[in-house]
Amino acid sequence: MSSENLVIRGLSKRFGSQVILDAIDMDIPLKSHTTVIGRSGIGKSVLLKCISGLLKADAGSISVSNSEVVPPCSYMFQQNALFDSLTVFENVALPLREKGQMGRKEILDTVSDILEKLELENALHKYPAEISGGMQKRVALARALITGPEIILFDEPTTGLDPERKFSVFDMIRRYREKFGFTVLMVSHDVPEVFEITDQVAWLDSGKIRYWGTPKQLMSSPPSELETFLNPSLETTQSSL
Amino acid sequence: MITRLGRKGIDVVTELGEVTLFGLSSAGSLFSQRRLFEKLIRSIYEIGVRCVPITLIVGLFTGLVLGLQLYYVLTKFSSESLLGQAVALSIIMEIGPVFTAIMIVGQAGSALSAEIGIQRNAEQIDALKTMNINAKGFLVSPRLYAALICFPILTAFFDIVGIFGGHLTGVELLGVDGGAYWNRIYESVSLTNIRDGFIKALVFGILTTLICAFQGYFTHVKASVPGARGVSETTTRAVVLSSIVILASDYLITSFLLEK
Repeated sequence: MSSENLVIRGLSKRFGSQVILDAIDMDIPLKSHTTVIGRSGIGKSVLLKCISGLLKADAGSISVSNSEVVPPCSYMFQQNALFDSLTVFENVALPLREKGQMGRKEILDTVSDILEKLELENALHKYPAEISGGMQKRVALARALITGPEIILFDEPTTGLDPERKFSVFDMIRRYREKFGFTVLMVSHDVPEVFEITDQVAWLDSGKIRYWGTPKQLMSSPPSELETFLNPSLETTQSSL
Repeated sequence: MITRLGRKGIDVVTELGEVTLFGLSSAGSLFSQRRLFEKLIRSIYEIGVRCVPITLIVGLFTGLVLGLQLYYVLTKFSSESLLGQAVALSIIMEIGPVFTAIMIVGQAGSALSAEIGIQRNAEQIDALKTMNINAKGFLVSPRLYAALICFPILTAFFDIVGIFGGHLTGVELLGVDGGAYWNRIYESVSLTNIRDGFIKALVFGILTTLICAFQGYFTHVKASVPGARGVSETTTRAVVLSSIVILASDYLITSFLLEK
């Protein structure tokens, strides 16, 4: 694992009078997998959007230790955000066609290569609606990977999937992180399943990171306030709705 | 009451400012676009080519009705020989640009607003931003420039078919002299009349495309409900606002052009 960190300092965001992120500090080791957990509507996706620049934070900074430059970062959306009128190939090639310096042939080779690595070579000319949900996730991942980002932000990548597919998506993220060596910052509700693939867990609550540690530490001695979240029961969760 | 009116007034001015800024940033980002020609051609197909049939049909029927109506008015003054002039000037200066714009808004403007609105809801616009792609440049600016090309051309189609429609009723059906019909048009329609019609078409093209794109692009903040109903609400608003703006700006442009 790299000794460099993605350093987040004093990240704050409020909507009107509601404080969503309250001066968040995080040190995320590069090339690791960090998962942010927390109750629904607590601001996990807002945190990712502030880091990616989709939302403008009210205050705070994001940098990499030893460097002022934040490495290139991609974002994988909950619902994949694929362009339904573009084919799989066109979706994945989009960032290269619109921004990169590559020629037609080079784009074709690069996209074909990544689609092959993600086992999508047979879906090249299909539209997103013509492929399965799992394949759509892989296409979204291919699009996120095509520009060679060092960090990928995953916003609840397993939402709406059955347990089997959930595990295949987690497995896909683990395998491709090992293969491509990118940093993962993920928001997930899938506790404790997500602990199988993550290196660090951050628990976001009331705008602050209340817990930061490895899944092993978390499961062996969870802080008392996290107990209910990790082991929900009908009695304890009655009031939370 | 006054407070509410004042608030509404401020809202209208704010929205006008937002649309203007949206238009300027969209127009300005065209030349930073890759594959510009390809995007323009696709937009011309969406706004222009797909609207040709409806423009021709509406143009023909408008000409037919206009020929009929004006014939009965002109016979009261024994001036049916002026039918060609009356039909041509009405269509070229007024009806052609206005009806064409309304038809394009109904067909392409609503589609544009709905498409961008759906893309907003499906986080595709956010996805463009995370890919560092200028979303307004990618989605709006080619359509804006395509509208500048398509609106005048479709207006010209409408004008030609409309005048031909007037000929069908006036000359073929009601017996006005064909030579007089076409000669009156040749004598009375000046290049200035045609230019004025095209100026209107250009202005309508810019305004309606901007309104439709703006409503779709900001469907998440402009609609009172999120999701599909929100998109339907902003699409309807785009069409209604565009139609009102066409008629209001038509009055302003006409007064300005006639004063000149």
